Amino acid sequence: MSQGRENQPLIEIRGLRFKRGARVIFDGVDIDIPRGKVTAIMGPSGTGKTTLLRMIGGQLRPQAGRVTVDGQDVQALRRGELYALRKRMGMLFQSGALLTDLTVYDNVAFPLREHTKLPESMIRDLVLMKLQAVGLRGARDLMPSELSGGMARRVALARAIALDPMMIMYDEPFTGLDPISKGAVVELIRKINVALEVTSIIVSHDVRETTAISDYIYVLSDGKVMGHGPPRTLLESDAPWVRQFMQGLPDGPVPFHYPASDYAADLLAGPG
Amino acid sequence: MLTWLARLGRAGLSFFERLGRGHLFLMQVLAGVPGLLLRPRLVIQQIYSVGVLSLVIIVVSGLFVGMVLGLQGYNTLADFGAAESLGVMVALSLVRELGPVVTALLFGGRAGSALTAEIGLMKATEQLSGMEMMAVDPLRRVIAPRFVAGVIAMPLLAAIFSAVGVIGGYFVGVGLLGVDDGAFWSQMQARVDWNKDVINGVIKSLAFGLVATWIAVYEGYDATPTAEGVSRATTRTVVHTALAVLGLDFVLTALMFGE
Repeated sequence: MSQGRENQPLIEIRGLRFKRGARVIFDGVDIDIPRGKVTAIMGPSGTGKTTLLRMIGGQLRPQAGRVTVDGQDVQALRRGELYALRKRMGMLFQSGALLTDLTVYDNVAFPLREHTKLPESMIRDLVLMKLQAVGLRGARDLMPSELSGGMARRVALARAIALDPMMIMYDEPFTGLDPISKGAVVELIRKINVALEVTSIIVSHDVRETTAISDYIYVLSDGKVMGHGPPRTLLESDAPWVRQFMQGLPDGPVPFHYPASDYAADLLAGPG
Repeated sequence: MLTWLARLGRAGLSFFERLGRGHLFLMQVLAGVPGLLLRPRLVIQQIYSVGVLSLVIIVVSGLFVGMVLGLQGYNTLADFGAAESLGVMVALSLVRELGPVVTALLFGGRAGSALTAEIGLMKATEQLSGMEMMAVDPLRRVIAPRFVAGVIAMPLLAAIFSAVGVIGGYFVGVGLLGVDDGAFWSQMQARVDWNKDVINGVIKSLAFGLVATWIAVYEGYDATPTAEGVSRATTRTVVHTALAVLGLDFVLTALMFGE
């Protein structure tokens, strides 16, 4: 890595536009993700947060705009270059996405076996180290179907860090977990960020957990960045939309009611 | 009238679009095949699940089809005083037609549907997407080994089906109905031609194996990643395999034995 790049953001997103059918997902989004920090992308369900991660990973193409990762324009890369870049990215899927026909051990060993020619004894050491880091060394012989949601996500995390990536993307890491598992995942994300000196990107709508561990937050809605800044600034923001989202208020700029005709007239109209 | 035409056009377009995507998909899978030479274990594992696990249904069906052929053939041939030719009739029916065709239909129902469901569920649970993000191409790591395994397993299964069928015909013809043992085998040996009958049967079963496995892996890979989508894809695999195999069988038979 050249000296000049180190102060630049790891990921730069400029003028991102993306439509799915008639629905506009992104309408000119600009985001910078600094190196070595925990950056969160927040927003209500269906705002395309996961879509954004897929664009960073090169699985989806935007209709306009640019995504640059470590100085490389993801959309302009050839297949081989894109795969080389992906080896330096870790991604934690919401479902874990573990391979269901392999044990926990083999799942964590999978990227090592696919991409390195390391002897089996060294792979064993690496897998046990990664599993120890997420606290599941004792669960190595279990099948994914025998794991709880929280455990599956921790195994997936061990697999995501198997190749010592430069960055890790977390897709809704807190959703659907009990408080203890949630606490464990929060702790792990922070610890891994510091210990491995990786760049972490969290996509989430869990305000409490996300504000607790992130250094910087972008809030997306309706295809636009509604606000960004350190967690404290956003929590105290006066902008009505950001306030409603961060404090979880049921009514505000986003109305409680789905758009409908006048209530009284609707009741009196009768069927047909 | 116009809307009807429009609907027909749309259906036609989507059919050809799917056909085109299926061919592009096949090209991509074939591109991943040479790499498997370095990792034969991946293919062997799949031959086990596609081929070995299909053995029971193939052997049992082959036995009964052969037995029925023995019974029906005997009744017809005995009227002409040609009951000794039973061996020829059973062997030719199996090697030329029933072996490859029935095996392919059973293969589509047993192994093809399992392949589609497995790949469809891997897609629905983000396993394929996860592999892509680990810089592992699912077309090469997941699809190509299954495809090659199916193409290898199908002719072997068809051969086993035919062999077991002949034994079934022998049980019924010689064992129950009293056809002469020596005539049964010697006539079969004399009249079944290696090139014209056996090789043509093997070519058929190879072609069916290719088509059946292609349909199965494509439907799985192209499935809508929901429970309903996977169930539809599995049904489509079985139906399309049956139609494709029977249609292709007519074409191949016309080319091979059409004079």
